[in-house]
Amino acid sequence: MHKASVAAAVGAVALFASGSAWAGKDLDSIKARGNLICGVPTGIAGFASADSQGKWTGLDVDVCRAVSAAIFGDSEKVKYVPLTSQQRFTALQSGEVDILSNNTTATLQRDTALGLDFTAITYYDGQGFLVPKKLGVKSAKELNGATVCVAPGTTTELNLADYFRANKMTFKPVVIEKVEEIRAAFFSGRCDVYTTDSSGLYATRAANVPAPATADDYVVLPEIISKEPLAPAVRHGDQQFADIVRWTQYAMLEAEEYGISSKTVDDMLKSDNPTIKRILGVTPGMGKALGVEDKWVYNIVKQVGNYGESFERNVGMGSVLKIDRGLNKLWTQGGLQYAEPIR
Amino acid sequence: MGWLRQNLFSSWGNGITTVVLLLAIAWLLSWFVDWAVLTAVWTAPSGQDCRGHGACWALIHEKYRYIFFGSFPYEQHWRPLFAVLAMLAMLILSADRRMWNKRLLWIWSIGSATTFLLMFGQINISSSLIFFLALVIGAGGAVLRATVGSPIEINAWRALAGIGVAGLALRLVGLFPAFTLSIAPFSYVETSLWGGLPVTMILATYGLLFAFPLGILLALGRRSNLPLIKSLCVGFIELIRGVPLISLLIMASVMLPLFLPSGMTIDKFLRALVAVILFASAYIAEVIRGGLQSLPKGQFEAADAMGLTYFQKTTLVILPQALRVVIPPLINTFIGFFKDTSLVLIIGIFDFLNTANQALVDPKWAGFPGEIYLFAAFVYFCFCFSMSRYSKYLETELNKGTRR
Repeated sequence: MHKASVAAAVGAVALFASGSAWAGKDLDSIKARGNLICGVPTGIAGFASADSQGKWTGLDVDVCRAVSAAIFGDSEKVKYVPLTSQQRFTALQSGEVDILSNNTTATLQRDTALGLDFTAITYYDGQGFLVPKKLGVKSAKELNGATVCVAPGTTTELNLADYFRANKMTFKPVVIEKVEEIRAAFFSGRCDVYTTDSSGLYATRAANVPAPATADDYVVLPEIISKEPLAPAVRHGDQQFADIVRWTQYAMLEAEEYGISSKTVDDMLKSDNPTIKRILGVTPGMGKALGVEDKWVYNIVKQVGNYGESFERNVGMGSVLKIDRGLNKLWTQGGLQYAEPIR
Repeated sequence: MGWLRQNLFSSWGNGITTVVLLLAIAWLLSWFVDWAVLTAVWTAPSGQDCRGHGACWALIHEKYRYIFFGSFPYEQHWRPLFAVLAMLAMLILSADRRMWNKRLLWIWSIGSATTFLLMFGQINISSSLIFFLALVIGAGGAVLRATVGSPIEINAWRALAGIGVAGLALRLVGLFPAFTLSIAPFSYVETSLWGGLPVTMILATYGLLFAFPLGILLALGRRSNLPLIKSLCVGFIELIRGVPLISLLIMASVMLPLFLPSGMTIDKFLRALVAVILFASAYIAEVIRGGLQSLPKGQFEAADAMGLTYFQKTTLVILPQALRVVIPPLINTFIGFFKDTSLVLIIGIFDFLNTANQALVDPKWAGFPGEIYLFAAFVYFCFCFSMSRYSKYLETELNKGTRR
């Protein structure tokens, strides 16, 4: 009987352990599998959330859709795996997901010690301040002596203290753990200022202002006091796949820069501009160099849109969040989004 | 009138308390009715149109399918719906005492097969799994029927186990060709797309189904005279009870993949289910141990005196009595675990509570947590309340014999 139970245990392990070692390269296994496994957050308004039909939408989701369009010519060949912030790095390291598009700030520690590769920055976030309009404050420099609502134990709290000290101002912190409670405290007037990443401030302002007040009664101040560059991450070891992810982002930016959008892309195929011809693969070569179809940018823009379209649709003026593009404007318009040229 | 005077207005003090409380209740109720019914918004194109009114039930109207079934392909939502109905039917049928015999086996086999066929859409049974099942069933039959079955029956069980072992061995050295038995009426839907009520129900039902026998074994092991078995069981129970369920889930989802060879992944849902089973089994073991200890020593001695083996003594004399005693605390444990399964949200599995949470994130509909949580609470209450009523019914039913 003991032998039988040992055999049973071995059998059970063998049965439930599915999947086999991959063929060395992430890109090969993605192509062989026929879909991209994408680690997304478990729900951040505008960046990744499931709609009423259970379909994932958002800025982080569009990154995965664009990569899928580049590799497969079809933006729908993505399997989304929602990951909490504790799980996300392990999931990427262990091969559970191919790419992490998870509102992750690129930092040195994560890039090196965790064995990740951050590709191009998809969203420049940073800590900001939300205040009621009736305070009449126009700049964070006028916040001397203010009561500030902030979450404990985060870099947010440290940045706040640094900023006020550097500007020789004082503040009274109201430290609250849960984000719903912070919002409630702020809107009920327990504190004058709420500080967190500015995308979070816009989301709060757009969706959580209690009636009868409206979003227009609150303003996000122009000062950004920390750097939170959000970028998709892939595992070390497959440079070609990392290249595709990076150049997918650049392609979306280049498309916007040259006025190629999902509506105009078909007309643009007839354009005489040599740069546009190169980008859209009318002049072949670029896609081949990257290891994808020459029509890759056409597929991305046609199915997902350029960066500006994706931004406006998910978090910008076309969405409920109404986030100002700010740092995420193209470099030609005074922002930081600067793509390496496709040539 | 008399009752009123006696119980509510027996003195001035009591009278005032009654009036004040009644007024408070009326005030709260009128506020609630106003919010939830009179000024509520029942349909709206988006969350923005709900603002400034009472409850936004339009949100539930918009999101209920997502809350119940999560990311399961939208046009196929009838599958999780019927899976939930199959599970409910299975549970309700097995709640009936008249079914507590071999029929139970049939109910669960058919119910489970229906549920998983609907959820997965396709079931592929590899040859190894068939042999493995033959081995388990054969070995199980041979042991369980060892003292009661006829020699022919025992040999049949042994033969079945033998076929399993031989088949697995041949598969292992590669002599036996691999084949897969496919039942594939629908499109395949993997567990990462499952969500909502079916996930909660599968985790709770199958978690407890497997935890229950494991718990019985652990409870018996803990009272064993063999020191090794005893210490192993005590160690397991104390270890599991000494850590929170969340840490087990995190272990299963974050630590385990790091120890596996790269590229090998075990389904996340299965990992969570195993964690729930291990956790529940330790608690069930302790509940059952309570039942075992409540039996008078005479029962054990009488069984020994009749010359029953340990196995016969346990299955025929001890367990039937012990389990009857512990039914109320067992159901209490079950209710607890039904709710505890919502902890899987920390490892990114979308159970019922988590899909409800998700519905809050959609920027178009954000900002109505009260409505969503009330709705979720209502659904949980329906399940837990019916379990608690059933436990009450069972208690009176099983104590008929001892009541005078």
